[in-house]
Amino acid sequence: MKKKTTMTVTEIRSLAEGVFSMKLRYPENEIPQEVRPGQFAGLYPNDPSKLLPRPISICRWNPDTGELQFVFRVAGAGTASLAAQKIGSSVDMLGILGNGYDLEKLAGKRVLLLGGGIGIPPMVELAAALASMPGSEVTAVMGYRNSDLFLTQELERYGNLLIATEDGSVGTKGNVLDAVRENGVRADAVCACGPMPMLRAVKKFAREQGIPAYISLEERMACGVGACLGCVTKTVKTDSHSHVRNARICTEGPVFDAEEVEI
Amino acid sequence: MREETYRGKPDMSVNIAGVELKNPVMTASGTFGSGMEYSEFVDLNRLGAVVTKGVANKPWEGNPTPRVAEVYGGMLNAIGLQNPGIDVFIERDLAFLKQFDTKVIVNVCGHTEEEYLEVVERLADEPVDMLEINVSCPNVKQGAIQFGQDPDCLKDITAKIKRIAKQPVIMKLTPNVTDIAVMARAAEEGGADAISLINTITGMKIDIEKRKFVLANKTGGLSGPAIKPVAVRMVWQAAQAVKIPIIGMGGIASAEDAVEFMLAGASAVAVGAMNFHDPYLTQKVVDGMEQYLLRHNIQTVRELTGAVQ
Repeated sequence: MKKKTTMTVTEIRSLAEGVFSMKLRYPENEIPQEVRPGQFAGLYPNDPSKLLPRPISICRWNPDTGELQFVFRVAGAGTASLAAQKIGSSVDMLGILGNGYDLEKLAGKRVLLLGGGIGIPPMVELAAALASMPGSEVTAVMGYRNSDLFLTQELERYGNLLIATEDGSVGTKGNVLDAVRENGVRADAVCACGPMPMLRAVKKFAREQGIPAYISLEERMACGVGACLGCVTKTVKTDSHSHVRNARICTEGPVFDAEEVEI
Repeated sequence: MREETYRGKPDMSVNIAGVELKNPVMTASGTFGSGMEYSEFVDLNRLGAVVTKGVANKPWEGNPTPRVAEVYGGMLNAIGLQNPGIDVFIERDLAFLKQFDTKVIVNVCGHTEEEYLEVVERLADEPVDMLEINVSCPNVKQGAIQFGQDPDCLKDITAKIKRIAKQPVIMKLTPNVTDIAVMARAAEEGGADAISLINTITGMKIDIEKRKFVLANKTGGLSGPAIKPVAVRMVWQAAQAVKIPIIGMGGIASAEDAVEFMLAGASAVAVGAMNFHDPYLTQKVVDGMEQYLLRHNIQTVRELTGAVQ
């Protein structure tokens, strides 16, 4: 069930330049039953001039403590106000939103996780979930701008980690697919989150390999719950909700089979 | 207003064109889907009416993305009236809404006169309490807003819709006109049973780093608290010009805002963009208005309409 909840900040720290980790704890009686990798929440800036929740993917979920970890880049005044929060302060959150990755489709497979920039955080929760499933094998290939890396230790815990950097300072010089090719990574399925040019390349790569690609899309959102139709993506077939070729990223997504969307 | 003797539970009901609403709080079209998404947050039985997202005779794809952008104290949208068409709407959305004890107001959109009339006709025998005609969407290229910006066109289409409509007709007015009173009178002369205002104010946002328009449509409709003073002023001006009831909206973020619209001359109010900020807001506005009446010892919410001095 979706709710707007007042969460308590239990951690706020900088992981890299402009990239922050924020942990938010649920009130004890409001801890959700289930949080799936690839889902997201809407975080409200503590600023009355900013009305809309910021859609931010879930990096980690700890059901024992009721804490969600978000890792986000400061992109404007709204995310800057979130980064300026202090431990113990309150943040309003709309959650849990979106579909998340379908783990059943990934069970027992060699799964290639591709994350680009601020698309990396949701891959941590996904890697953790896959690592706990018998027979699943995780190779994570993460793309950064430069040696200012983040979340690498967390990812190494759950599988092989390869790194690509735009400036070549760490790992393969280039993008995540350059690193996949350089290392001859083989996989049965791909899960990806990152900028649109990367997702387009991932779709093409998966098609060439004859394997499915599950990609997480991003779009400017308003309501976050499927009412406003702001955050749609073009679909190949007529969508069953909209009855046109548009699916709502916040509700039918953010994770789509790459072959079902026109990107 | 009588503030002396009354001490009981206030009467929140209002009557709009013969339709009895349990309270004056509605949802603004386009901000609440067909109620389904927000029914997880709000007990729809508690609302005066649910006003649906605009529906046309056929499915509409809407505009390319980005369709929304936040601005100071508000937001811009250029959804382009994406909707599944009247057939799916009746089968799915209307069927859903009829489970609740609230009035259902269907917002009707079209590119041409014929398209509006087709939807109105299709709804004639459906369990719909009122129709709201969107002649004021700023994000649809042809038709639509033209009907709302030319008083002769507005009067004409109102009259044509009234001729075939089986439910009371609310004409939804755009604020993007020189004189709202002229438009309000045109709707009244055309036979409208009520008017609702304001729709969004045309706006624009530019990303100065990329030197590009933020919205794919370039322009979009501004909504949210930023537009509230304009909306209150227009509701007041319209109330001076016509006798038919007015449904006031534009940036309502609290019960106090809703009361302000009533005092300006509205008989009912609608909560719009701020549903995105607080999905529980509609219900809070109902509760807060009742508290206001109790606090001021006012017997019926209807006494607020036009009571500004």
